[in-house]
Amino acid sequence: MPELHLTLDGAPLSARPGQTVGAALTEAGITAWRTTRKEGRPRGLFCGIGVCFDCLITADGVPNQRACLTPARDGMALETGAGPDV
Amino acid sequence: MFDVAIVGAGPAGLAAAVHAADAGLSVVLVDAGAQPGGQFWRHAVEARVDAEPGAAPPGPSKPDAADARTPAGHHDWKRFADLRARLYAHEAAGTVEYWRTTQVWLLEPGEGSTLLRLAPALDIPGGGPEQLPADVRARQAILCPGGYDRQLPVPGWDLPGVMAAGGAQALLKASGTAPGRVAVVGGTGPFLLPVATGLAAAGVKVAAICEANSPAGWLRNLRGAVRAPEKAMEGAEYAAVLARHRIPYKIRTAVTEIHGTDRVEAVTVSKLAADGSVLPGTGRRIACDVVALGWGFTAQLELVLAAGAETAVDVDDSLTAVVDARLRSSVPGIYVAGEATGVGGAAMAVAEGELAALCVAAESGSATAGSTALGRRIGALQRDRARLRAFAEAMHRANPVPLRWHGWLTPETVVCRCEEVTYRALCTAHADLGAEDARSLKSFARPGMGWCQGRVCGYATASIAADLAGRAFDGPTAAADLRSMSKRTLAAPVRLGQLAALAAEPPAESPAPESPAPEPPAESPAPEPTPTDEGRRP
Repeated sequence: MPELHLTLDGAPLSARPGQTVGAALTEAGITAWRTTRKEGRPRGLFCGIGVCFDCLITADGVPNQRACLTPARDGMALETGAGPDV
Repeated sequence: MFDVAIVGAGPAGLAAAVHAADAGLSVVLVDAGAQPGGQFWRHAVEARVDAEPGAAPPGPSKPDAADARTPAGHHDWKRFADLRARLYAHEAAGTVEYWRTTQVWLLEPGEGSTLLRLAPALDIPGGGPEQLPADVRARQAILCPGGYDRQLPVPGWDLPGVMAAGGAQALLKASGTAPGRVAVVGGTGPFLLPVATGLAAAGVKVAAICEANSPAGWLRNLRGAVRAPEKAMEGAEYAAVLARHRIPYKIRTAVTEIHGTDRVEAVTVSKLAADGSVLPGTGRRIACDVVALGWGFTAQLELVLAAGAETAVDVDDSLTAVVDARLRSSVPGIYVAGEATGVGGAAMAVAEGELAALCVAAESGSATAGSTALGRRIGALQRDRARLRAFAEAMHRANPVPLRWHGWLTPETVVCRCEEVTYRALCTAHADLGAEDARSLKSFARPGMGWCQGRVCGYATASIAADLAGRAFDGPTAAADLRSMSKRTLAAPVRLGQLAALAAEPPAESPAPESPAPEPPAESPAPEPTPTDEGRRP
């Protein structure tokens, strides 16, 4: 099965085709990729199905994407960051 | 103009679409997923599962050779495979127009038809279909929005590694990814079992299942209540798997604290008294890196509420759509099927999907309308539904949210994860500002005002509001509290451009529901604007 090559803040991150970004991060042992606005607390996957918006990530320059729903794509550049402005 | 629009392609929506098309209706099916199945039949990308090397990505109407194979952790896969094959056949024949990776962000019921405004499910390139129409119109609509895990806050539940039980399962089902190495599964209800056994099958050590209620009550309620042999067999299967993996099943026990600095390191599990209060001195620490929590389910009611349909509190304390025996909501032309009419599981959702579709067909004057066979089938489905509903009610009564669950909250416990609103903030809003209900807690302390718009903390905030005010959480006041936490002007996040386009439209002839009052443009995609009761079309 061909491996997909993504980056997280420039560092290589591999994924299997069909995985979501959230799953690829989880499989790499990464459990948090943003911090909250008020308390700066780490957040990653919670509901896992697009309801809670905890797992927001910047994907290919588009901010605030739900990692649990976003399919991993070859060459995708992911960025961690602070919490979203609401 | 379609005869019927169906929102959601999970068990209810899939069944509705197939049976509506079978009955000769023109169907448009809208679903946020890339492939049908919803949460219950979530599965790996079909192209990977089904296709030979080098085959095309999942397209419409390819009958799948792999359908006979049941993916790990799935029940009733044959039924899904059958429905999916029929859906794809209808799509190829042009009798169903199926919009994948698409969400309905606004629903406008009108005289004789309903308008559904569409947006891509994801805001990245390829995150939605090409040439997605801005809206579709149909004479009738069947809403099948499904549900998601209900949550109760617990100290430390905002630590990474804590997941909704369904989220842990989704990782396994869709991506084949284990969320960690050692898990504790907690909450209440039979759904904890497939989650735990799924984790174990994926190589995760399940250190404990913490069931807040007692299966003795479960069995007592079952006996004589209904016959549901398929469920009993599942129960026996799970028991065998629990034994094989040596998974401890702890009853009257809850995860009452989650420990860790930047991620989960351990939990404290405590015994509960019959009223759900924590028995002092019973806490025991268990090391783990995953916590999967589920306290029953919450129905997705955005579209039901946007349509202006009547809602009420069900036996499981969930807010659900009020429907009649033909699954008609209080709004003409709007039917509801599946979890949104009352949480009842996939078998009931499939029955309701078919029932709603046939009732629409019967009323629409389609080719089969008025036939005695159709009438008989509707009657049979109504009896099926009553039987499954009785079973679901028995399960709900056996697996209630612990009455005194608030006892494990500390002042620092985050209740609203988005806005980081603590239990202390809610207590202060009650004690100092006089907040007596969820609505005023929300205005004073902002729970439910962040990105998820109360989807996660809505139930907890409503329950806390009743507890602080010294009220029982039931009846019309509970419904009002839940509604005030469920009101979302937009059913899904959309780009501000779409809102702007909406505002530029000439006024609709039909009465419009509450329209969004967009916040100042700041970024794209737009977060959902804060709902305002005064928001009206400009």
